[in-house]
Amino acid sequence: MTTQHVTVTVNGETREADVEPRLLLVHLLRDVFGLTGTHVGCDTSNCGACTVHVDGRSAKSCTMLAVQADGTEIRTIEGMASGAELHPLQQAFWDQHGLQCGFCTPGMIMQAAWLLEQNGEPTEAEIREGIAGNLCRCTGYVNIVKAIQQAAGQLAAADSAPVVAAETTEGVAS
Amino acid sequence: MTTEQLQTTPEVGGMGHSVKRKEDPRFIRGKGEYIEDFVLPGMLWLDIVRSPYAHATIKSIDASEALKVPGVLAVVTGKDLEQYKLHWMPTLAGDMQMVLPTDTVLYQAQEVAAVIATDRYAAADGVAAVLVDYEPLQVLVDPFKALEEGAPVLRPDRGEDKQTNRIWHWESGDKDAADAALAGAEVTVAEDIYIPRIHVASIETCGCVADWDPVREQLTLHITSQAPHAIRTVLALVAAGAGLPISEQNIRVKTHDIGGGFGGKVPVYPGYVLAVAASFLIGKPVKWIEDRSENLQADSFARDYHIHAELGATKDGKITGLKVRTIADHGYSDAAADPSKFPAGLFNVITGSYDFPNAFVEVDGVYTNKPPGGVAYRCSFRVTEAVHAIERMVDILAHDIGADPAELRMQNFIQPEQFPYKTPTGWEYDSGNYPAALRKAMELIDYAGLRREQADKRERGELMGIGISSFTEIVGAGPSHDFDILGLKMFDSCEIRVHPTGKVLARIGVQSQGQGHETTFAQIIAEELGFPVKDIKIEYGDTDTAPYGLGTYASRSTPVAGAATAIASRKIRDKARKLAAHLLEANEDDLEWTNGKFSVKGSPDRFKTIQEIAFAAYTNHPQGMEAGLEAVDYYDPPNLTFPFGSYICVVDIDKGTGEVKIRRFVAVDDCGNIINPMIVDGQLHGGLTMGLAPALYEQITYDELGNNLAGTFMDYLLPTAVETPAWELEKTITPSPHHPIGAKGVGESATVGAPPAIANAVVDALWHLGVRNIDIPITPPKVWAILHEKGLA
Repeated sequence: MTTQHVTVTVNGETREADVEPRLLLVHLLRDVFGLTGTHVGCDTSNCGACTVHVDGRSAKSCTMLAVQADGTEIRTIEGMASGAELHPLQQAFWDQHGLQCGFCTPGMIMQAAWLLEQNGEPTEAEIREGIAGNLCRCTGYVNIVKAIQQAAGQLAAADSAPVVAAETTEGVAS
Repeated sequence: MTTEQLQTTPEVGGMGHSVKRKEDPRFIRGKGEYIEDFVLPGMLWLDIVRSPYAHATIKSIDASEALKVPGVLAVVTGKDLEQYKLHWMPTLAGDMQMVLPTDTVLYQAQEVAAVIATDRYAAADGVAAVLVDYEPLQVLVDPFKALEEGAPVLRPDRGEDKQTNRIWHWESGDKDAADAALAGAEVTVAEDIYIPRIHVASIETCGCVADWDPVREQLTLHITSQAPHAIRTVLALVAAGAGLPISEQNIRVKTHDIGGGFGGKVPVYPGYVLAVAASFLIGKPVKWIEDRSENLQADSFARDYHIHAELGATKDGKITGLKVRTIADHGYSDAAADPSKFPAGLFNVITGSYDFPNAFVEVDGVYTNKPPGGVAYRCSFRVTEAVHAIERMVDILAHDIGADPAELRMQNFIQPEQFPYKTPTGWEYDSGNYPAALRKAMELIDYAGLRREQADKRERGELMGIGISSFTEIVGAGPSHDFDILGLKMFDSCEIRVHPTGKVLARIGVQSQGQGHETTFAQIIAEELGFPVKDIKIEYGDTDTAPYGLGTYASRSTPVAGAATAIASRKIRDKARKLAAHLLEANEDDLEWTNGKFSVKGSPDRFKTIQEIAFAAYTNHPQGMEAGLEAVDYYDPPNLTFPFGSYICVVDIDKGTGEVKIRRFVAVDDCGNIINPMIVDGQLHGGLTMGLAPALYEQITYDELGNNLAGTFMDYLLPTAVETPAWELEKTITPSPHHPIGAKGVGESATVGAPPAIANAVVDALWHLGVRNIDIPITPPKVWAILHEKGLA
């Protein structure tokens, strides 16, 4: 089978590969680059476990070919934290118990990050609409919504003031 | 547990603290390791050829073109496996299931051949190139037709006395007493209630990496399993039966992070066995990961119970008797994950939260041309079916006699002083306070106010309904005298090792699929021994290291392994007392245990912390005492536990579209003592959403040819954040009297309790139009058709 050369920037690092034209972007990320934080939960673009950012836009990487991503900048869950410092969404998902099995979590965090980039102060209804393309079987979405609200508040505060330490869950959950 | 009752500080993090989860840092960074993330050098891929027909004879399988596909190494058929007697395998229910067929397929999407290749794309190309010639046969989709005279026998492989599609008949209770109670009842209500076939659809599908090392004769199976030890023993038995040189000490079953289970990862699927067989034949690691459509079309289903229920009562609403007849559609094989004495699971808990003396339940398991199964969908062995039936029937009775459904429940509840309560089908409920839970739910939602609002709205022609479900769960299987799977008793286990520096490694026989065991089991040890949660590491899912256990399903982790963890901790505390007595030169009886230390009574300044004692266990133990500080416990529960709750749901129905909109849903749960309130609430949120799902959205349907009509997420609708309401939670706490820490289990309560609250609310909104029952899922087309028939839409 003929291959095509693909060059992408993943989490700030330039990566190259010779791939079959039919290779899915998610398989390029997972199988070729070893970035297994991006998951596959369905074959029909419904579940969103494979959500990444392509040139700053949320994309379901199971429904995009690697060759379509040639020349793009890609951000995955592995690119969200800065060293030991978690992204406010990662911290918020932990604080608010916004995950259980963790399988949908990377896609959910990437979708939430894109949502908050579009709308820094979403209402609860806007958050629920915004993650409607990402399925979670464990949490009933309640704490995912809370986590996105916490991160939205922190990101908004960070625009005007230094980031404050996240409140611990002890005493918060009822 | 209120703050005043907490025994430990937040830094220690014992029972009752909302400790943040220890497992989360890896998940939020994308550093979890799920089965598909796991790679071994030289690993091959396995993909499966599946049948397009629900019932057909296989005339031939031609793999020649597939073997020409670049990267394809082998194609395995049923005839190949037959040489090793591996073409059939036992199910957990003691039936047989095909790994690969030699002559006949019995459901659409059944495994027909396996293709092994160098990568996933080549394997898929190979699957597409395998040519199979089928001769279609008559398809049995309807279990009632499958029982008719003259229906083709789907399983001629069974014994001569079993040439029927009836798998088994099971009954419970006193038939004559129930018949007499119904015959003498002043009021009777009867209803057919269908609980449709659904699928757990965890977001991670199933898969494995089988790794046979022919030199060491070692098989390591990395697998998505809720019960790794049971898988190991089944593999050992199957291998012995096939005469293969794989024995149990050389089988290591290892789970990784698991992306949700809900019962779907309890069974042994043909794909696992095929990967093991392929690795054995080729001598290289083989990975099999099913895709979503394979998951929905071929993995074990849940429910599919056709229930006929009759309830008798006095004219003022006191229930006197219940009779239930059920047809259980098991597909072509009984692959239910039920304990062996309970082919219909714990369905006879169907008398629910109510005190009446006479009940009789009978169930017939039936073969059809559908995938095998009968696993739970986040429920403890058919309890959801039972709760749905009794909660629907009680509501119908209330409406029929013009009683308020809440008052009728209050009138019939088992009262707090009646516990332990023996039910007419033989269960002994451990503890409960049903009126308190319902009263709390009614206050929270302002039940009286809602009834007034409903009356006003009905005057205006608006459709609003209020539904109640006061359920009793039955979890924590189970006591060894009654509970086993394939003969393996359903105890569970914990092994604790305290290191010299006062840090702890504990291994448990159960498995986490997202429940948070690494946190909650550490909290149990923190509570019992005073070590801070941060110093305790919990491991599970490696059969080479973890003590034997039956795994996590049916809400059994906390009731069984949680108890083992508390008891093992107490064994360590007993030894720590002896060590402390030695260190303090005091009599054991003069020591008291508080806050992680032993002190001399009356001399609180003379004490040794558990950390100091741990160090002494390795550096300064007394003569005649074994060194070290370890304990193991295999816990055989004396009884099951019976969590309960009362849920109230308010719905508004759109007359134009038939859409049911959940306005409010109040859930009052009682799961006994709580280990981690944050995690309990998370379990309830998820459980409620998996109760909403089958109530309004999910169903696996088949056409008359046995074609699966909901085989992808395009057609099988999981609730998204938009459909899911903001759940309102409250608790009552009634500890289990027989559990060491008074806990009962909570993972499935909400899934069990929620569907009838929703269905009751919808029927309540439509009762005045003559609607008595609507089978779930209550979809807009179903409601619209009713409204249209009544001239309202």
